[in-house]
Amino acid sequence: MTDSVNRGLSKPAAPTRRRLGFPVGQAPADAPRRRRRFSVLTRRDKLLLGLMVGVPTAIHVFFIWIPTIASGILSFTSWNGIGLDRIKFIGLKNYTDLFSGVYPPFWPAIQHNLIWLAVFLFIATPIGIFLAVLLDKEIRGTRVYQSAIYLPVVLSLAIVGFIWQLIYSPDQGLINSLLGTAGTAKAVDWFGNRNVNLWAILVAASWRHIGYIMVLYLAGLKSVDPGLREAASIDGASERQTFFRVVFPVLAPINIVVLVITVIESLRAFDLVFITNRGLNGLELLSVLVTNNIIGEASRVGFGSALAMILLIVSVGPIIYYLTRSLRADAE
Amino acid sequence: MTAAAESTAQMAAGNPRRRRSRGRYVLHAFLIVTSIVWLFPVLWAAYTALRPYADTGGAARGYVSIGGSYGFQNFIDAWTRIDMPKFFLNTMIVVLPAVVLTLFLASMVAFAISRYSWRFNLLLLMLFTAGNLLPQQVVITPLYRMYLALPLPRLVSDNGLFYDQYVGIIVIHIAFQLGFCTFVLSNYMKTLPKELNEAAVVDGAGVFRTFWDVILPLCRPPLAALATLQFTWIYNDFFWALILMFTGDKRPITSALNGLKGQFFTDNNLLAAGSILVALPTLIVFFVLQKQFIRGLTLGSTKG
Repeated sequence: MTDSVNRGLSKPAAPTRRRLGFPVGQAPADAPRRRRRFSVLTRRDKLLLGLMVGVPTAIHVFFIWIPTIASGILSFTSWNGIGLDRIKFIGLKNYTDLFSGVYPPFWPAIQHNLIWLAVFLFIATPIGIFLAVLLDKEIRGTRVYQSAIYLPVVLSLAIVGFIWQLIYSPDQGLINSLLGTAGTAKAVDWFGNRNVNLWAILVAASWRHIGYIMVLYLAGLKSVDPGLREAASIDGASERQTFFRVVFPVLAPINIVVLVITVIESLRAFDLVFITNRGLNGLELLSVLVTNNIIGEASRVGFGSALAMILLIVSVGPIIYYLTRSLRADAE
Repeated sequence: MTAAAESTAQMAAGNPRRRRSRGRYVLHAFLIVTSIVWLFPVLWAAYTALRPYADTGGAARGYVSIGGSYGFQNFIDAWTRIDMPKFFLNTMIVVLPAVVLTLFLASMVAFAISRYSWRFNLLLLMLFTAGNLLPQQVVITPLYRMYLALPLPRLVSDNGLFYDQYVGIIVIHIAFQLGFCTFVLSNYMKTLPKELNEAAVVDGAGVFRTFWDVILPLCRPPLAALATLQFTWIYNDFFWALILMFTGDKRPITSALNGLKGQFFTDNNLLAAGSILVALPTLIVFFVLQKQFIRGLTLGSTKG
C-alpha cells in the first residue's frame, strides 16, 4: 500500500511533462540554461534560496507527507500506539476485516460517503452553478443577492451544525414547531432519527456548499470574453444554448476546479456530522470512523490507518486529475 | 431555470425591451426568495437568541411566535457561562501566528519557484498543491502518535511535546495551509515581469532584498486576500484542535460551544446566542472584507 502511495506521489510528474509538449528528458536540460542567466547569484544567495524553499518544504513534508506514508505502512500492522516494538505486521488483515464486515460501521460509512458525494455532485453543485449564471446577468442588486447566498461559506461547520439544530430539534426546533409536533411523541428528531438524519444534514451541508460553488463559478463567468456571448446571440442562439454550447465549454478550467472541490469536500465532510452526533446512528462517514479509532477507548492505530488509506485512495484520483489539468494550464 | 428560460423565450418573441423587463421581474422575484431562504437559518438563530427561553420553550408561546420580551440576556449568559473571552483568546493565540507564518513561508517558496528556474519547480508545486487537497483524516492517525512522541523545548511547550500545545496546533495549520497559499502566490508572482529580478540584480540587491523589497510589496493584493481567507479557515477549524489538544481549557472557541449543551436539557435560545457570538468575527470578515475573501477563494481557481 505504501507503494501505491509513492506511486501516487511521483506519478503526476511524468504525464504532466509529457503533456506539456516537451519530452521528459528535455526539461532538466532546459533548467540549467535558464539558470545561467542568473549566474550573478552569489553562493550566499544560492544558500538563501535553498533555505527559503527548504524550510517550508521540510515542514510540509514532515507533517503532511510523512504521516501519509506512515498511514500506509501502519495500515498493514496491528498496534495499540504504545511502544514502537509492539508494532506487529499482519499483512492485509485490517483490509480484509474491513471489507468482510467484521467492523459493522464500514459499509454504511462507504454508502453515506457515496450518497454525500452524489447529492453534492448532482444537486448542490448544479444549483450553485445555476445561481452563478443567474447572478452573472447585469441586474440591479446582484451584490446583495450574492452576499446572501455566500454568507454560510464564512461560517464554521461547527456553527452550521448548531444553527441547524435550531431548525431540526425535536422539542424546540422550527420544523416540529410548525408541524405542531414539538415536544410531543410524534416529533421527528431530524438529526437523531437514522432514517432521515443523513438527508437533514445534507440540507445543511448543501446550504454552505452551494454558496461556495456559486462564488467560484461566478468568478469564472466574469472572466468569459463578452464577445463570445455576443457572437452566439448574433447567430441566434438562445441563452440556454449559449451557456451549454459556448460558455460552459470555455470554462473547462473552472469546471475542473468545481468538480475536484465537490469531490474533496464530500470526502472531507466531518465537522458537521461530528458536532451532531459523533457520526453514529445513521451518520457514519469514513472520516469519522478514522477519528473514532484514535480518540476512542481502544486506540487501534493499524485499523484506523487502513480506514485512512481507503480515504486516501479515493481522493488520489481527483487530486491527480486536478494537478495534471491545472499545472498543465499553468505552464502554457 | 424558469426565469432564464422565460426571459429567453420572450426575447425571441419580439418587442424585446418590454418583454425583457418582465423576465427581469421574474428573475428578481426568484433571487429575492432564494436570498431570503439562504439568510433564514442565520436570521432565525438571531431571532431565537433575542428571546428568553421562558417565552418560547415548554408551554409558553412556542418558537414560532412573536411577542414576549426581547433582549440580550442570552448573549450575556452565553458569554459568561462558558467563559468565552478565554476561548476567544485561545483561538487568537493560534490564528494570528499561524496566518502570519503561513503567508511568510508560502511567499518565500512561491518566490523561489516562480522567479527562479530549478529542476524541482513543478514537483514542488505538485507536492504542495496535493498536500492541501488531502483529507485531514488521512494524516491524523500517525500525526497523533508523532505529536505524542516528538520532543519540543520546554520554552515553547510546557509538557515538552507537540501534543496538547498551542505550538503544535499552529504548526499543523501552517503545514497544511502552506499548500494552498504557495499555489496561489506562485501563480500571482508568475504574472509579474521577469525584468524586475534583473533590475534588482543590476542594482546590487541580493536574493532576500529582491524578495522583501521588490516582489513582496507587489504581492499585497493576493496577500490581503489570502490573509482574510486563512483567518477565516483557521478560526473555523474544529478538527485539529479536537484531536491534538487534550486540555479542554486550551481548545479554541469553535469547540467551546458544546459546553452550552446540557446533558439532559439544552436551552436552544442560549445555544443560538452562543453560536451568533462565535460566528461574529467571521461575520465581520464577511461584511467588511467580503471582496478580499471572495478574491482569496477565486484566486486559487482562476489565474492571477
